[in-house]
Amino acid sequence: MNWWNRLSHRKQMDEQLEKELSFHIEEHSSDLIAQGYDPDEARRRARLDLGGPEQVKEECRDQRGTRWFDDLLQDFRYALRMLRKNPGFATVALITLALGTGATTVMFTVVNGVLLKPLSYPDPERLVALHGKVEQFGEPWGFSYPDFLDYQSEGQAVGPMAAWTYGGGTISEAAKAEYVEGRQVSSELFSVLGVPLVRGRAFLRDEDRRGAAPVAIISYSLWQRVYGGRPETIGRSITLDGKSYTIVGIAPANFQLDGEADVFTPIGQNIERRMQNRRACFIHVLARLAPGLTLTQVQTELSLIATRMAKEYPDADADRGIVTHPLQQDLVGDTRPTLLLLLGAVSVVLLIACVNVASLLLARAVSRERELALRVALGASRGRLIRQCLTESGVLGLAGGVLGILLAVAGLRPFLAKWPGGLPRAEDVQLDWRVLLFALGISLLCGFLFGLAPALRAPSDQLEQSLRGGMHTVAGSSRRLHSGFVIAEIGLAVVVLVSAGMLGRTVLRLAALNPGVRVENVLTAQMALSPAALKDPVKTRAAWQDVQDRARSVPGVQSVALADIVPMRVGENSLTYWATPAQPPPDQTPVALASTVTPDYLNVMGIPLRHGRFFNDDDRIGHPLVVVVDEVLAQHAFGREDAVGKPLWIPAISNDPVQIVGVVGHVRHWGLAGDDRSRVRDQIYYPFAQVPDSLLHLFSSFMKITVYTNVPPLNLVKSLEQKLRGVGNDQVLYEVRTMEQLVSDSLSTQRFLLLLFGVFAGLALLLACIGIYGVLAYLTTQRFPEIGVRMALGASARNVMWLVLRQSLVMIFVGVGVGTIAALAAGRVLERLVEGMQKIELSSFAVMIPVLVIAAVSASFVPARRASRLDPMSTLRQE
Amino acid sequence: MAARSDLPQGTLDLLILKVVALGPVHGYAIAQRLQQVSRDVVQVPQGSLYPALHRLENRGVLTSEWNETETGREAKFYRLTRKGWAQLETEAASWRRLSEAIGLILRMSEGGAE
Repeated sequence: MNWWNRLSHRKQMDEQLEKELSFHIEEHSSDLIAQGYDPDEARRRARLDLGGPEQVKEECRDQRGTRWFDDLLQDFRYALRMLRKNPGFATVALITLALGTGATTVMFTVVNGVLLKPLSYPDPERLVALHGKVEQFGEPWGFSYPDFLDYQSEGQAVGPMAAWTYGGGTISEAAKAEYVEGRQVSSELFSVLGVPLVRGRAFLRDEDRRGAAPVAIISYSLWQRVYGGRPETIGRSITLDGKSYTIVGIAPANFQLDGEADVFTPIGQNIERRMQNRRACFIHVLARLAPGLTLTQVQTELSLIATRMAKEYPDADADRGIVTHPLQQDLVGDTRPTLLLLLGAVSVVLLIACVNVASLLLARAVSRERELALRVALGASRGRLIRQCLTESGVLGLAGGVLGILLAVAGLRPFLAKWPGGLPRAEDVQLDWRVLLFALGISLLCGFLFGLAPALRAPSDQLEQSLRGGMHTVAGSSRRLHSGFVIAEIGLAVVVLVSAGMLGRTVLRLAALNPGVRVENVLTAQMALSPAALKDPVKTRAAWQDVQDRARSVPGVQSVALADIVPMRVGENSLTYWATPAQPPPDQTPVALASTVTPDYLNVMGIPLRHGRFFNDDDRIGHPLVVVVDEVLAQHAFGREDAVGKPLWIPAISNDPVQIVGVVGHVRHWGLAGDDRSRVRDQIYYPFAQVPDSLLHLFSSFMKITVYTNVPPLNLVKSLEQKLRGVGNDQVLYEVRTMEQLVSDSLSTQRFLLLLFGVFAGLALLLACIGIYGVLAYLTTQRFPEIGVRMALGASARNVMWLVLRQSLVMIFVGVGVGTIAALAAGRVLERLVEGMQKIELSSFAVMIPVLVIAAVSASFVPARRASRLDPMSTLRQE
Repeated sequence: MAARSDLPQGTLDLLILKVVALGPVHGYAIAQRLQQVSRDVVQVPQGSLYPALHRLENRGVLTSEWNETETGREAKFYRLTRKGWAQLETEAASWRRLSEAIGLILRMSEGGAE
């Protein structure tokens, strides 16, 4: 019989054992009777010879090897019974644990989906993202199309490379014109990612060049939405911005390339001028590494090519390096520190919950000392008792864990929806076996952790003392352990509270910063012109003028302007410039954020004019090129001198210097939090009317319309949309935002962290108070006889209260001390991980610590009062 | 009464195997037979007989069946498995070697060098 059979037939085996032994005894006694013993004596001797049937039975059962399981089952039942007997304790412990494990499980689910799970492409670890890197620009940069082609052909040893950039336009297939997101991709893109198309085929190499027949791949959702998922869609045509493309393939559902897109076109067919410009870096590059190559080897190989390119094209590539990241890291971006920070914070809360339950369990263990001593006296080994204690806390931990998982299941989606700006890879965030394993693992671990202290207290010697002393002695070690728990809880709570305080101060300070633009009553929206208007520059200019006029005619609109980038990171365009005739060396060339705007921009955005003038209608093609700079640039380039009237060399605008006609206030373009740390803070404005004809088509795809209103701006969205549809009814307004939303979104990460830390801090405070109350109530009860004696000897109620409070104050202050040191370390971490974080200041401690101390002292007042109202006579009589 | 000896360690299993080898037999009979055959020299501790039987059964050396005795009562009869036969052979051989060796050593001290 194998182990499993022995386990499942335990009952039957016990019956057989009983039968076998009674047969033995009967045979033996009948033999003895035959020898002349009297029946009772024979029976007695037979039992004696066997050595006591019950002991023999136990030994036989031990031989089965299923003993530990029986014990476990027994302990398990016992644990459930104990929980049911103490519903108050069980409820508090279970809620504490459920909250702790639930929150931790949610955070781990997100970390698992975003950071740990490999991307859902085949061999995702071989996929890398390539970036150009120019020191002065700071952040990683794209490639120019000619550079990409060179890297692709020279870097074949690295593996196949693919390029993509943003696209999109107005399609007229549906009932009304609609703007759709698009991507221009090189022919290798789908094969590099390893993504098979649902239907049709990917682009051919031959289609990925100028002048090839226009083809497109459409998204699964567009296929369903517009074409009803019909198979004959392949081969049909789609009109994008007035140009007809043959549909050759359908991309798989949920395919993403920095967000979902509906139309993919071959990048090589793009005939814009910037496609030939080695300085125009707008191409994203992916590669699938050849087998056996490490990232370092790839990096070396690509750097060699970069050096060669720098020699060949010194104008464009002189100081351009190249960096390679695993694609996963690239997609996740700066979510990583936020996630790890939250996981850390949530673990601290879980730890507090564990300590809390541990101190509750310990209190119970001490009052159960007598029961345990009795068990030892009856023959239970120390190991057996430890096992029993651990089973009990394990049951508690698991039950809490299961509740926590249920909480996590319910809370995950709402939590994800709250994530600021959308979580990357949100579709990969799911509760899977790894998460379940993690949740069960931590709940068991918690059970083990908080069961260990009471378990190790299982009595081994001085049995007599425990049996006799019973409830009325608290061993010194237990009191120290209890104080240790309270100190740990308060210390951990200080860490969370101070972190929340720091975040709160940061958000307050950042929100009070002046963004440099008008926040109220400004609406911005992306604008897609009528495809017909984009055919030639004259029509395009007229169309943009028409758009502004139409917008101005909407009641409630005060002023209207166009701009290619809008404050708060909506678009970016960094250009090099210099203010002296001699070009500085490439690594010292300053960089400015440049935006092209119409004359009313200053009025719409409420940016103050410091000096000189802003643009007017005379600043157009054929007139001298002019720019307006912000005060930061003026300060950098000219110091105390007046910038107005000075020339500025901006190679991207013109080879000749352009004239500065005005200085305006600085705008916090990189967000309220990010602007101070940003490397590109200088700002340049140039008139939209002076954008050369050759660039007009491209710039038209970037232009946004900004509107200053005298009514709540969202009220005007409908009428603006209507009005701006244009003569052809084919112009579309999309991505409509108010400036208020944009400014507040720029702080969304900080606000989100503050919200969560606030919740965690509240939880930590609550748990710490429950903990200190529980421990103190217990310790005080244990001291009732002593207090009774003191009162009988003349101690006043006040003396008694002080006696109890003193005990808790010592614990609180040691806890605060330990917590302060830990909080200083945690503060450093926050400073590094959160953009715009304030340095740790005394005030963060000065506000949060009194909150904690007051809460903790109030929690200890209840037991202190109870002790002071003790009737000395009745306690003494109990003794 | 003849002097009784305690069993040397590890020999109980061997004795049980030997007795069971003679044919299906129940626990009480094993105890009886051991005592009779050894002319009451070997004191079988009955308390450890049953745990030993169950251990051997769990190891697959013995197997058991419920059958009727001559007196018509139900009893658990043990029997050797193939593994049990093999174990009996090796253990008996090693015991013989050991006792021979011990005998040699004892004789040496009595008779001096031969």
